[in-house]
This record gives sequence, structure tokens and C-alpha cells, in this order.
Amino acid sequence: MDWALPPNYSTFGVVIDQLFWIILVITGIAFLLVEGGILWFCIKYRGREGARAHYTHGSNKVEIIWTVIPAIIIAILGVYSAAVWQDIKGASNRPADALEFLVVGKQFEWNITYPGMDRTLGTADDFTVLNQFHFPVNEDITILLESEDVIHSFFIPELRVKQDAVPGMTIPVWFDATQTGNFEIACAELCGLGHYYMMASVTVHSAADFDAWQASRATETAQ
Amino acid sequence: MATIVAEATGQAILHEEHEQSFLRKYIFSTDHKVIAIQFLIYTLFFLMIGGLLAMLMRYQIAWPARGELPLGGIFPETMVASGYILPEFYNALVTMHGSVMVFLAIMPMLVGVWANYLIPLQLGTHDMAFPRLNMLSFWAMVPAGILTLASFFVLGGAAGAGWTLYAPLSARPDLTGVGLGQILWLVALVFIGLSSILGSVNYITTTINMRAPGMTWMRMPLTIWSLFITAILALLAMPVLSAAGIMLIFDQTIGTSFFLPEGGGQPLLWQHLFWFFGHPEVYILILPAMGFTSEILSVGSRKPVFGYKAMVLALVSIAFLGFIVWGHHMFQSGMNPTLGLAFTVSTLFIAVPSAIKTFNWMGTMWRGNLQLHSAMLFAIGFVAMFAIGGLSGVFMASTPVDIYIHDTYFIVAHIHYVLFGGSLFALFGAIYFWYPKMFGRLMNETMGKIHFWLTFVFFNLVFFPMHGVGMVGMMRRIYDSTGYAHLQGIEDTNALITWAAFGLFASGFLFAFNFFWSLKKGKKAGANPWNATTLEWQTPSPPKHGNWEEVPVVYHGPHEYSHPDVEDKDWLAQNERPDVVSPAAGSH
Ligand code: HEM
Ligand SMILES: [Cu+2]
Ligand SMILES: [Cu+2]
Repeated sequence: MDWALPPNYSTFGVVIDQLFWIILVITGIAFLLVEGGILWFCIKYRGREGARAHYTHGSNKVEIIWTVIPAIIIAILGVYSAAVWQDIKGASNRPADALEFLVVGKQFEWNITYPGMDRTLGTADDFTVLNQFHFPVNEDITILLESEDVIHSFFIPELRVKQDAVPGMTIPVWFDATQTGNFEIACAELCGLGHYYMMASVTVHSAADFDAWQASRATETAQ
Repeated sequence: MATIVAEATGQAILHEEHEQSFLRKYIFSTDHKVIAIQFLIYTLFFLMIGGLLAMLMRYQIAWPARGELPLGGIFPETMVASGYILPEFYNALVTMHGSVMVFLAIMPMLVGVWANYLIPLQLGTHDMAFPRLNMLSFWAMVPAGILTLASFFVLGGAAGAGWTLYAPLSARPDLTGVGLGQILWLVALVFIGLSSILGSVNYITTTINMRAPGMTWMRMPLTIWSLFITAILALLAMPVLSAAGIMLIFDQTIGTSFFLPEGGGQPLLWQHLFWFFGHPEVYILILPAMGFTSEILSVGSRKPVFGYKAMVLALVSIAFLGFIVWGHHMFQSGMNPTLGLAFTVSTLFIAVPSAIKTFNWMGTMWRGNLQLHSAMLFAIGFVAMFAIGGLSGVFMASTPVDIYIHDTYFIVAHIHYVLFGGSLFALFGAIYFWYPKMFGRLMNETMGKIHFWLTFVFFNLVFFPMHGVGMVGMMRRIYDSTGYAHLQGIEDTNALITWAAFGLFASGFLFAFNFFWSLKKGKKAGANPWNATTLEWQTPSPPKHGNWEEVPVVYHGPHEYSHPDVEDKDWLAQNERPDVVSPAAGSH
């Protein structure tokens, strides 16, 4: 049994995982207090013949305490989450000279259009490959995410990336992988009867390998 | 037709039972108690159907390559072929499991059953303000149920786009093969909306206008408060769903494109409309459960509800905030990320009233004299399980973490801790608790306790590990996870979950047996088997048509247990002993 987040290979993943563990600790403590309290009360105050309960309608003081403390904890978490979110997704933080790819989801495949050797989309040396996503390590990557038919969701667990692909929209998604390796794109949004096999392979190359791969692909498609 | 005249004027209709035909008394009844029992039978039936669909799903998830579905031969070839559940049938199962549970089981059981049964009885009135609308609100559910069941057998099968019905998938039969099935479900939804709107109008009017003398707002039981607020939510939210559903039918059938980009529509518009309804809906699915829990905990602890006023305030603020958090379902949808920020803030704030309520329930148990009968066990179980669902919600409300866990089994775990561990536990508690009032006999306690422990253990074995497979990254609504590299190694957990799910489903039959067995064999209850204070217990079980011989007059708050000035017993009914002074609920 293996109940853990998969290893993280992206820059953003570090903060996401950190936040996950922080919340796990905070909610873990709350969990123990609440469940422990309930259990303890069940044992300590279980009904006895002739016993009489303590008559009270409550106390404003404790109401205030247990309103304010969770509110503070939650406010701090909220501010911190918002800051991290803004860092990851905020439009102003979109990397300026990222390497761009076009990714189009369609029942039940991912079409990836590569910028080619000139590193620019929309030029003659672009080429499209089905269900194979190759890109270089340690470099800002931006994909322009589209869908041809229904909503799909672009999910690479190890890179902590997930974004819905919506027909009629072009949604930019950026990330930066920190290690080379082989992963998968999964589709995370129900998109029809082939939803479960809508996957593509992901290969993160070193910069030199990526150039070599693109060059070989480009000549292949040109022929 | 004296009855009709009397009802139309909203007058008491005591002692007229002898004149009613069987049909008027049990089938087309306008008596709120009979309507409640009709809703109860209806919703228990659909709870079983919803459970059955889940069993089929779980079989597939645990053993996708095995085939050999037990009794697979009874299904048509379009659903199960040589022992294998087909992917299109799986999508119908996922969709209809969620839809049936939410709209045909839990929601009408929370509201249709208990708002009908309890509002007139706990407020001390003879019936609802509009008894015939009330009857209509049940009968509108009947075509909805029939259409839903029928949709499995039409060409293309039942709806398969998820209970959230995301367009364009839900609007394009050419992309799914599901045409008529989707339309039938949408039409069913329109009937459900009608039923819910008619019911809500009734509950709101009755609560505002028909309280017994002395039943001030702050003397209303928390059950009534929660049902009242729920009715307001339903009245505001359901029309949005109905309208959106009709727009979706148009997109699918007559070529409009509200949600289809080819014609200039917007797929995200559907999500905004759906969740504008959908988030209040999840509070519709939990607020009444919170009300029952408060009530049962107070009776079972022999103590007033701790912090009654804070409980009311929390209910009201949840209802209000519930309308401005819908976007938290759409963080990864392509909605503007800055908008996401606003929804994070409102969402985190809605966690505060939920925390307040949890602490007040614990406060109610504190220094009590706890009577751990089946109803009480389920109410305590509610608090314990709802807390877990609330805490897992914090992960999702934190937008960066949600990037990873959205659309995984982590969400499925969360849904079920709130809706099953929450709503359904409270509903089981409510049934054990009010059954004696409904039928004059108690349900069997031994069976009830066994049912609780089986449910509690199996429930946690099913749904706690789902957090784990969600962390590993298993996507929800997926027919077969074994093809993914990152999902290797969770097969054992999935098999465990499935075995526990079978156990959970099976323990439901113990409850069903107890329910029917006790109708005839249960211990006679008398008017007030729990020594409870609220008005419904101060009239015979079951109450006669018209509820009261004489309209009760209320002198006390709803939960006066262990009052120091009452020595001979540990409870003080709302309508007795005007000489005893009880503090206004919530003051100290
Ligand atoms: C017998 C116990 C139950 C089991 C084993 C069970 C199991 C499941 C499973 C396997 C899914 C599909 C997960 C996915 O692939 O996304 C699901 C979804 C769902 N369940 Fe349950 N469930 C049970 C009871 C309930 C109850 C009582 C409710 C009450 C409302 C409920 C509400 C839902 C909802 C709303 C969904 C989401 C459906 C969707 O995503 O379209 N379930 N359940
Ligand atoms: Cu998909
Ligand atoms: Cu929500």
C-alpha cells in the first residue's frame, strides 16, 4: 500500500507539496482534538442511572474563543495560499520567454505542436506529434491549451500541473521541470467513453537531447 | 367534500378521518404526515438503487480485467458484455449514482421527509399552509423517478456526462452516443426542481405564519431553523438549475448554443450556472442534517443545545456565504485565476461557521448524561465524520493544493465524508429517533446498534483509503486505472475499498429489515419515548389527522433538559409549567 504524493519534479511542486504538508499537520491536530474529544466525552459522560447533566446554555466567552482561533488560522492559510496561487498562476507571472507548445485535446488523444528549431510557434517548421510530449529540463515551458470537442483536463501528476482544456478557449499553462525523466499526461476530466485511456507520454530531455530530438522529428515530418 | 373546503381555508380539520376513502387517506393524501411517509419510502428505495449502482462501479474499479461480473447475464449486451462492464455503461453508472443519490435519495429524504413531518408538529400547527401544493410536491417526484429508471433502457443508455452535466459533453449526443437518456434525466431534474420549489414555498410560509402561540423565533427547535433556511436556499437555487437544464435541453435538441462554442456559446457558462446552484445545493444537503444532529444530541445528552444563538447565526451565515463560493469548484476550469483568489477567501471563511457548529455539538455533549442509543450513536457519528469532511475541504480550498487534488479520489473521499458520513448518518439517526412518532413503535435497539457499528466501520474502510489513492493521483470517474504508470501499486487498496463497500451495502439491509420488522413487532412507543421537550412529543404517537386536540401554548425554549427548577424529571416540555422560568435560549 502506497499512499503518498508521487515524487515531485517541478519548481512549483515544491511549494504545493509544502502547503499540502502544512495543511496536513494543522488539520491533523484539529482531527485529533475533535475525534479525541468526542471519544473522551462518550466515555466520561456516558449515561448513569440517577445522574443529572450539567445545565448550561453555553458561554459567550468560549464561543468567541472558538470562532476567533479557527478564523485566524484560516485567514493565515488563506493569505499564504493566495500568494502562492498568484505566483503559480497569476497572469503577471507568466514567464516572458518561455518555450511554447500548442496542446490540443480531442476525444481521446493529445496533439502536441512543437515550435521547431526556431523555437517559435506559428512558423513553417512547426510540426505536430500525437500523444508524445517532449520538452527540455530546467527551462520555462508554456503550453497553449485548447480542446477540439469537449472539456478535457491536462494532468501531469509528477509536475503538479493540472488545467482544464475548454473548447473555444486558449489557456496558457506554464511550468519548469527540474529533472529529466519519463512521465504521462492523464486526462482528469470525464470526456466520454475513452476518458480512461486518454493518456500521452511525457519525456523531459536535457537541452541538447531535446534539440537533437526536435531535429530528427523535423526531418522525419518534412519527408 | 367538507375536507377540501376546510383545508382551503387552512382551518383545523379534526375528527374527519372517518370520512376519507383509502385513496384520499394514503395515496393522494394532503396530510403532511402521510406525505412525509410517502417521501420516506420513495427515498429509501432510491437510496438502494443508488447503492446498487455504486456496487457495480466498485466491482469494475477493483477488478477491471477480470470480467465475470456476478449475474452479469441479466444485463443487456449494451451494458455488460460477456461479463465485462462496458465503459459507456460505467459512465452511466458514475453519473446516475451521483444524480440518484443527490436528487432522488438524500435531498428529498432530508427535506421532503422531515420538513413535511416535523415543521407542523414541532411548530404546533395542524398542517402545512398549502396542503394541496404539498401533495403536488410529492407527486412531482414520481415522474422524476420513473423517467430516471426508464433512462437506463433507452437507446444509448442513461446520462453519462457526470452528475455535474458539464457541457459540451452533456449537450453533444454525437460525441457520447447518449441522446435520449440525457434528455430524460434533464426532464426529471425539471420535475425535481418543481417539487422542491413547491415544497419550499410551503415550508417557508408555514414557518413564518403558523407557529403556535408563544413559539417565538428563538424558541424554535434547531431542526426547524435549519429546514427553514434550507427552504430559502432551495427556493433561490433550484430555479437556476431548472432554467440551466432547459437551456441544455435546447442546446441538445433544437440547435441553440448557450454552452457550445461553435455557435458562440460558452462551456464555462454552464459551470457557473451549475455551481451557482450546486454550492447552495451542498448546503441544502447538509443543513437539515445539522439540525437533526443538534436536536438528537441535546435529547441524548439531556442538556440544552450549547450556544443555541451561535448555532442559528452559523446557519444563517453559512446560507449567505453559500451563495458566493461557487467558483471554488472551478479553480482549474480556465476561469480567470484572479477570480479564483476571491473565491478562495469566501470559501475559507465558510469553514468558520462549520467549525463553530462542531465545537457547539461537542459543548452539548460536555458534562451531559449521554444516552447512547442508536439515534444518538448516529448523531455522534455525524459529528465525527462531518469533521473529517470539513477538514479535507481545507486542502481543496487552498487553491495551490487543489491544482493537484482536483478531480482525483481525494475529492470523492471528501464528498462522501460530507454526504454519507454527514447527511446520511444524520438521516439514519433521524429515522431511529422519529420512527416511534411516525409509526407508534420503536425500532429494535440491538439491530440498530449493530447497524451503526457495521456502517461506521465499513464506511471508514471504504472512504478513508480514497484520500490515499487520491494522493497517489487516481483520477475520478475513471473506468480503469491500471494503464497508468503513476497508478501502479494501488490495486490492493482498491480491492479493499470494494470489499468494504460490499459490506457497507449489505449492512443497509439490516436497517431495512429492522424498519419493516418494527412496524409490527417493535416495542410500543407511547407519546414520548425519549423524554423529549419539543412539541411533537406532546401528542400521541402517531399523531391523529390534525395533530392536536388542542393547540399547544409554548412557554419555554426548545431544549430545556435538566433544568434546576424541575426536580421530578430531567426535562421540561415547551408547553408545560408556565410557572417555571427558563432563560431565553442562548442567554446565560
Ligand atoms: C454505498 C456507499 C457508496 C459507495 C461505495 C459510493 C461510491 C462512489 C464511487 C465509486 C463514485 C465514483 C467516483 C468517480 O469515479 O468519480 C462515487 C461518486 C459520487 N457519490 Fe457515492 N458512493 C456511496 C454512497 C453515496 C451517497 C450516500 C451519496 C450521497 C449523496 C453519494 C454521492 C456521490 C456523488 C455526488 C458522487 C459524484 C458523482 C460524480 O462525480 O458524477 N454516494 N461514489
Ligand atoms: Cu478525459
Ligand atoms: Cu462548493
